[in-house]
Amino acid sequence: MATAILQQPGTTAGKTPAAKPKTKPNRSFIHGLLTNRKALVGMAVMALFIVVALLAPVLFPGDPSRITAMASLEPDAEHWLGTTAKGQDVLALTVHGARSSLLVGLTVGFASTFIGILVGLASAYFGRFIDEALSLVTNVFLLLPGLPLLVILAAFLPPGLGTVILVLVVTGWAGSARVLRSQALSIRSKDFVAAAVVSGERAGRIMFREILPNMASIVMGTLLACVIYGIGAQAGLEFLGLGDVSTVSWGNNLFWAGNEGALLTGSWWVFVPSGVCIALVAFALALINYAVDEVTNPRLRKIKTPKTATAGTPAPIERSAAK
Amino acid sequence: MRFILRRLGFYLVAFWASITLNFLLPRFMPGDPVSRMFARSQDRMQPEQIEALRRLLGVDDRPLWEQYAGYLQNIFTGQMGVSISRFPAPVTEVISSQIGWTLLLGGTALVIAAVVGNLLGIVAAWRRGGAIDSALPPVLVFIGSFPYFWLAMGALYLFGVVLGWFPIRHAFTDGLEPAFTWEFIGDVGAHLVLPALTIVLVSIGGWMLGMRNTMIATNSEDYITMAEAKGLRPGRIMLRYAARNAMLPSVTSFGMGLGFVVGGALLTEVVFAYPGVGYQLLNAVQGLDYPLMQGLFLTITAAVLLANFLVDILYVRLDPRVRSN
Repeated sequence: MATAILQQPGTTAGKTPAAKPKTKPNRSFIHGLLTNRKALVGMAVMALFIVVALLAPVLFPGDPSRITAMASLEPDAEHWLGTTAKGQDVLALTVHGARSSLLVGLTVGFASTFIGILVGLASAYFGRFIDEALSLVTNVFLLLPGLPLLVILAAFLPPGLGTVILVLVVTGWAGSARVLRSQALSIRSKDFVAAAVVSGERAGRIMFREILPNMASIVMGTLLACVIYGIGAQAGLEFLGLGDVSTVSWGNNLFWAGNEGALLTGSWWVFVPSGVCIALVAFALALINYAVDEVTNPRLRKIKTPKTATAGTPAPIERSAAK
Repeated sequence: MRFILRRLGFYLVAFWASITLNFLLPRFMPGDPVSRMFARSQDRMQPEQIEALRRLLGVDDRPLWEQYAGYLQNIFTGQMGVSISRFPAPVTEVISSQIGWTLLLGGTALVIAAVVGNLLGIVAAWRRGGAIDSALPPVLVFIGSFPYFWLAMGALYLFGVVLGWFPIRHAFTDGLEPAFTWEFIGDVGAHLVLPALTIVLVSIGGWMLGMRNTMIATNSEDYITMAEAKGLRPGRIMLRYAARNAMLPSVTSFGMGLGFVVGGALLTEVVFAYPGVGYQLLNAVQGLDYPLMQGLFLTITAAVLLANFLVDILYVRLDPRVRSN
């Protein structure tokens, strides 16, 4: 099968818990996440950003893009991150920008994952013609060059936040659909699914109550990857001036910074904060994603070598431990 | 052979889908792109040109299927209309003058990133827990989390504006005549360093981690243990036994990466004002040059599909399992 060959390395990550009974891996999965350092750091950073985004109207009441001070002020006690070439407070713009960026990122992430789940489960469960057709559509969307497609769609659709979300979902769902399909396929072939089919359960129930819970970890990994994609792609689209330039978001902040020549005049403080925020959010999500991978795939976990082991021969010990 | 034909069929379907998307977009979008465009460039356009454009974008009274047939015919005879922003140059001419730069920039960056990234991944997986394995991935993942264009602008500012080590825009110095002289090639090289370097920096982490994770799985295979038991040199086991068998996903990524070369370098080209197809695509969007926009999108898609098809053929050569079933 053509799609199996194109499978990405990460897609095999969740196979281990799938074989276990339903409830147990989930509990140990959450426990594994809570004791994983990467996951904790990632979740702490995300929580911080979400709190700041929620509190933005309290921290900086009023319209963040209004002009409050002299233009291009360097960071000082009053304006912690300085002001833009228009005289807007950079910190207020950055804090308020979190709202739109996180909202779009999360919406895009959840929507793409949802479509991916539907397509992947339907492909895997029904098989045959439906699988062929859905896989074909998925692969076509995967192959169409993402960024140019984004640009073309954004150029034809009326500008606005809804358009940005729609366009990002259209270009983003296919990757998750493929990953989830291959995972669902391997669960579809398990005995308990066959038992459910024989006992006459309805298709919807088998897909969502039997198969879906067993791929929870890979769904989570997909979701995180989609949110990262959403935030990054939104920023890129807005940076190109193809988003809704009237909203305050990290991408638009950077668009205006570029537009007003912030770097050419040396106002690095206008340009740095939004980019760092995007990076921190993406990094935090990536950390959680790696943690999910590590918790569910024992081979990727750090091996706790006993202290007595000689330092000179790490490789062979590791390989026997991995088995 | 069956595999190749199957893939070929798939790529044809994909290409047909993108042509159809191109055909349908201007016809079903809310608002009328043609009138938007006319409002902007009415005075510069000839009547027959407006007529041709109306037909291209579907503002004529023929039934849809007839328009579609005409559109397909135009595409396959290479008639993509005339560029509005660069009137009267045909779209095909504009594209062919720029695709070379894109291929140069994207190709250089892709090859460097793939080779270095895979080598790092191989070494990281072979020495699990060593310096490269523990220090590099977090750093690269962190760099990779920055928005690409942001890093590119930062590099432009730091190395182009502040330090002045590299030229900050375009593919060669203005006024220099393109020719195969050392002076010109050196100039093009100097303009290539910053854009290519930024692409390598953000993409290398993906290559390294992908290779590392596949190779960790390969390392626990029995034939590796066997090779060790035979007393082969570690370097030979690492490269000829483990890495060789872990290469396949990287080959697939390389095919996908070739897609990035043509389409994904858009942001790079925009930041560095590099005169490739991505930069032109954004210009076309801003100038409401719909024929050029569509032509560019089709060209990019065709290039991506072709690259992936070539990788599939390579795959048949590399992986005997594909040949047997």
